Amino acid sequence: MIYGSRMSGLLYLSPYLLGLAVFTLFPFVASLLLSFSDYRLQDPVSAAQIIGFENYQAMLHDRTFGKSLLVTLVYVFLTVPLKLAFALFIAFVLNFRLRGIGAFRTAYYLPSILGGSVAIAVVWRYVFAGDGLLNQAFVLMGAAPINWLGEPAYAMGSIVLLRLWQFGSAMVIFLAGLQGIPTDLYEAARLDGASAWQVFRRITLPLLTPVIFFNFIMQVIQAFQEFNGPYVITGGGPLKSTYLLPLMIYEEAFKYFEVGYASALSWALFVLVALFTALAFRSSKYWVFYAQERGEGDKS
Amino acid sequence: MRAGLRYGVLIAVGVLMLYPLLWMVGGSFKPNHEIFDSIGFIPHEPTLEGFAKGWHTSTEYTFARYLLNTFAIILPKVVVTVVSSVLVAFGFARFNVPGKRALFGLLIATILLPKSVLLVPQYLMFREMGWLDTFLPLYVPSAFATEGFFVFMIIQFMRSFPREMEEAAVMDGCNSLQVLWHVVVPVIMPAIISVALFQFMWSMNDFLSPLIYLSSVEKYPVALALKLSIDVTEATSWNQILAMSTIALLPSLALFFAAQKYFVEGITVGAVKG
Repeated sequence: MIYGSRMSGLLYLSPYLLGLAVFTLFPFVASLLLSFSDYRLQDPVSAAQIIGFENYQAMLHDRTFGKSLLVTLVYVFLTVPLKLAFALFIAFVLNFRLRGIGAFRTAYYLPSILGGSVAIAVVWRYVFAGDGLLNQAFVLMGAAPINWLGEPAYAMGSIVLLRLWQFGSAMVIFLAGLQGIPTDLYEAARLDGASAWQVFRRITLPLLTPVIFFNFIMQVIQAFQEFNGPYVITGGGPLKSTYLLPLMIYEEAFKYFEVGYASALSWALFVLVALFTALAFRSSKYWVFYAQERGEGDKS
Repeated sequence: MRAGLRYGVLIAVGVLMLYPLLWMVGGSFKPNHEIFDSIGFIPHEPTLEGFAKGWHTSTEYTFARYLLNTFAIILPKVVVTVVSSVLVAFGFARFNVPGKRALFGLLIATILLPKSVLLVPQYLMFREMGWLDTFLPLYVPSAFATEGFFVFMIIQFMRSFPREMEEAAVMDGCNSLQVLWHVVVPVIMPAIISVALFQFMWSMNDFLSPLIYLSSVEKYPVALALKLSIDVTEATSWNQILAMSTIALLPSLALFFAAQKYFVEGITVGAVKG
């Protein structure tokens, strides 16, 4: 290390340490405590009563929670694999010496930059509305219009499509990964008479696994936190078919003022996400292939 | 032939991707009835009615008010995010601090932590501080490098650069802050721009935080104003809503086209170099 003192290092880290304590760790612990309490939002904080596991017991009997958990899992299991597969496919198609690659990359990336905004959610609501763009197109093609936002399965489909539409950021990351694979590996394989599929299966895919892993983790985490889509487009309905957990947590806390219960729900979500990421990290040593060990230097 | 097939796929996907956006922009220049009559995006009877009426909104403020509010939140947020993230990343990348590995682990863990867990206690905390219905809860936390992703991004970027220049500057008698400012910051400028752009974009898109912290309409940012307008005027005036959605997306669109390479570098630095 070229800068001598440890003290000045701590000084640079001090905003982070303070922020970590005040805005992350403290609320994190407070949320766990609140999840064991009976507390309504409008009361002063001192009114919170510890009631043990009641909120968690209530969760087990709450059919709305059961439904919300189910649709959240459906949402994650639909969006993450589809989005990753599509992003990888398009990155693969783009990764050739074609003219105009830049323009295509821009076109595909743009939706992921804008897609999280309320403006896009609003547009989505109109695209899927009864007399919206999609149904107009259906009618033109002679098909019957569909009640997208009124039928549970289609409503889920509409918010799933909103996420798939934003495949661009995953694609850009895949594309950078693909471009990082040394071309002499491909040439060597071709000289050995490997087919295009064999090259993909034996060279491209293994070398891409670290990037797939990164994208997978990021997508899982984002999918579990989706809020704007269901809130603006479907309002969680119909029949709670798009009532994702973050929306339920928000409503329990800020619409029904059940802070204790909302906190228990948020811990359920946290445990779920932690479980998924832990499983992913655990399994990574069996399928993620690191060509060279960690970067040089930087041993602290 | 192969190339033809590739282009076919790429163009088809591209049209599908961009059509909702084109339809939005086109729709904002159409009279209302036309939005329902044709799926084409080019208006046959172009009109500015959607913009004119939409700009006035159904509230006592014009849309300009909501745009100004948005920038009053986002600009300080971007500035404090960049400053705090650079300082903290420098600490992580260049100093030997006790417990650094554990702290770095926590940094990654906060990236993975679902924000819903912190939502309610943070709300209560800001309520106790008397910060509800102000912009403070929306940007003050960012001054403490709370968005680990940005710190991580800059750390990765700093690590990929050799330290000879910094060593030379130290030999010449610069202290670490001077080295950071005169040597490191110019070199990591691309990463800094990426952080600023992503924070701008994500804050433009942020909806949940203003939703819980702001209660008076005069303080609403664009995201809340749009939601309010679909609740009020939805049934009839699609062109107004589409026009205001278009305006709401303009700053992000302009930045994206002006600085696309930083967006690409920004998201790939964590994944590919990491």
